[in-house]
Amino acid sequence: MTLTAAAASATDVLAPDAGAPARLRFEHVRKEFTVRGDRRRAPSTLVAVDDLSLDVAAGELVTVVGPSGCGKSTLLDLVAGLSTPTSGRILVDGREVTGPGLDRGIVFQQYALLPWRSAQRNVELGLEARGLPAPERRRVAREKLELVGLAGFEDRYPHELSGGMKQRVAIARALAFDPEVLLMDEPFAALDAQTREQLQDELLRIWRATGKTIVFITHGIEEAVYLGQRVVVLSGRPGRVRTVIDVDLPRGDELAGTDLRTDPRFVAHRHTVWEALHAPAGTPERTGGAA
Amino acid sequence: MTTTISRDAGPTAGPRTDPATDAIGVDAPAFADPPTLGRRNVLAVRGGSGRARRTGLVVLRSSLAFVAFFALWELAPRLGWVDPVFLPPLSTVLATFGGLVADGTLAEQVGTSLVRAVSGFAIAVSFAIPAGVLIGWNDRAAQYLSPFLEVLRNTAALALLPVFILVLGIGETSKIAIVVYACSFPILLSTITGVRTVDPLLVRSARSLGLGRVALFTKVVLPAAVPTVFTGVRMAATASILVLIAAEMVGAKAGLGFYITYTQFNFQIPEMYAGILTIALVGVAVNTLLVTVERRLSRWRTA
Repeated sequence: MTLTAAAASATDVLAPDAGAPARLRFEHVRKEFTVRGDRRRAPSTLVAVDDLSLDVAAGELVTVVGPSGCGKSTLLDLVAGLSTPTSGRILVDGREVTGPGLDRGIVFQQYALLPWRSAQRNVELGLEARGLPAPERRRVAREKLELVGLAGFEDRYPHELSGGMKQRVAIARALAFDPEVLLMDEPFAALDAQTREQLQDELLRIWRATGKTIVFITHGIEEAVYLGQRVVVLSGRPGRVRTVIDVDLPRGDELAGTDLRTDPRFVAHRHTVWEALHAPAGTPERTGGAA
Repeated sequence: MTTTISRDAGPTAGPRTDPATDAIGVDAPAFADPPTLGRRNVLAVRGGSGRARRTGLVVLRSSLAFVAFFALWELAPRLGWVDPVFLPPLSTVLATFGGLVADGTLAEQVGTSLVRAVSGFAIAVSFAIPAGVLIGWNDRAAQYLSPFLEVLRNTAALALLPVFILVLGIGETSKIAIVVYACSFPILLSTITGVRTVDPLLVRSARSLGLGRVALFTKVVLPAAVPTVFTGVRMAATASILVLIAAEMVGAKAGLGFYITYTQFNFQIPEMYAGILTIALVGVAVNTLLVTVERRLSRWRTA
């Protein structure tokens, strides 16, 4: 294992493997919001994401870091199909994203579980929408809860679960309909440090077990390096890909019993991402409207 | 992998009985969700005798004001602080109350009033909830109608009583109609609010799970609105009795409101007080009933 913290500019690291088609592809994605004016300010246009291009290969775990307000969550909404890009396209397996779809599962920071449904019934929610018969739904939901380590907690309501457990339920729910891509929006940010580390390892295990393509948005550099095969560093507003860093670290069994976070290679990667994040930023871009 | 169960089953935690209640896992620190900390756990630590004493204290505290009030009611007329003719001692009123219960007079009046209140309330619930849902779910409708409804709601229903009597006569219709009117607005407005204030995150996540408009509505928006809707329903129930009693006092041949004014005119003062006591009891009973239903419908809330 060589120590290669390969940082390269966004343009030439579009596809990790030019041969394989990307599972998830961003093509010059731009998203603007109109900021409502008031007495003092005229309405203006806020560019949240600008000219963002990126390819994510099938089965890859990519983490996205950026300063706050870099449009991380906007990006997620766009991939989820909950909003549409102002220009550019997002493709999943070559098909353009036009709305929410079951090829993408989302895990939100605040769990977003329905409080009146048990863990099991929360996981079943998406399956109900797809019209799966009840016995089948129950089977799948049990299976996914077991996958995230929550066997035996099927009948618990969200308020009876800890934060970590709630997020596990949310992951199970997002995996229930076997999406090709799993999108995670700072899923562990609200958890305490211990639970977070635990869930990070859980996520890696689930990722290996399912082979899903995962886009993991975070504001934690360490988390990004720990989880990602590649770390995408976004610049501040508007969000652009500043650089993509390949993380080359021992994984899985190689790791047994060691603390990866103190490994010199980990530390080096961490530092590379830190430097990329703290490089002099472009000034926030706000194009004035009728002012 | 966590297979530990966090400590949560306090004495009030519900029907589940976990064998491993006391196992605190690695995940446990994250369990510090505000609603589950606090009282329940405090109670669990204190154990049986402490809890009994605590319950005793609660009962004592909440009944103290009643005892003082009833004592004053009993003593003031007896000691000549007020004229016993206008305010008979509590014991006299209770004796009359007992007699009226025994001979069925009160049951008859309560029955008449309840039939009116319940019919009006039921009509209001059956149309105001669907109407509120429609208005709340439709942005345009809500924008157009909300201010108007707000004005109607703030027009005291009783001020319209003369209008109802003019238009619908002094029979059952006008009384039920005014109850319907008084009940509709709390239900309507709380339903609109309930539907409109559903956590956007829940909607977003449900949409990402592929729920269509209809499924989103029945599976997410409606259940989420239930607690808010029910607050309106409870307010409506209170309003129904309040407005009905007043309407019955103005013009009726039966009912609790009628009974109170009737006994007053005929100088049956203890009977009048017995009627008032009955109204208080009916009000408390109705509210207790609705609180129970509300708890059932929103058991998933931590409270």
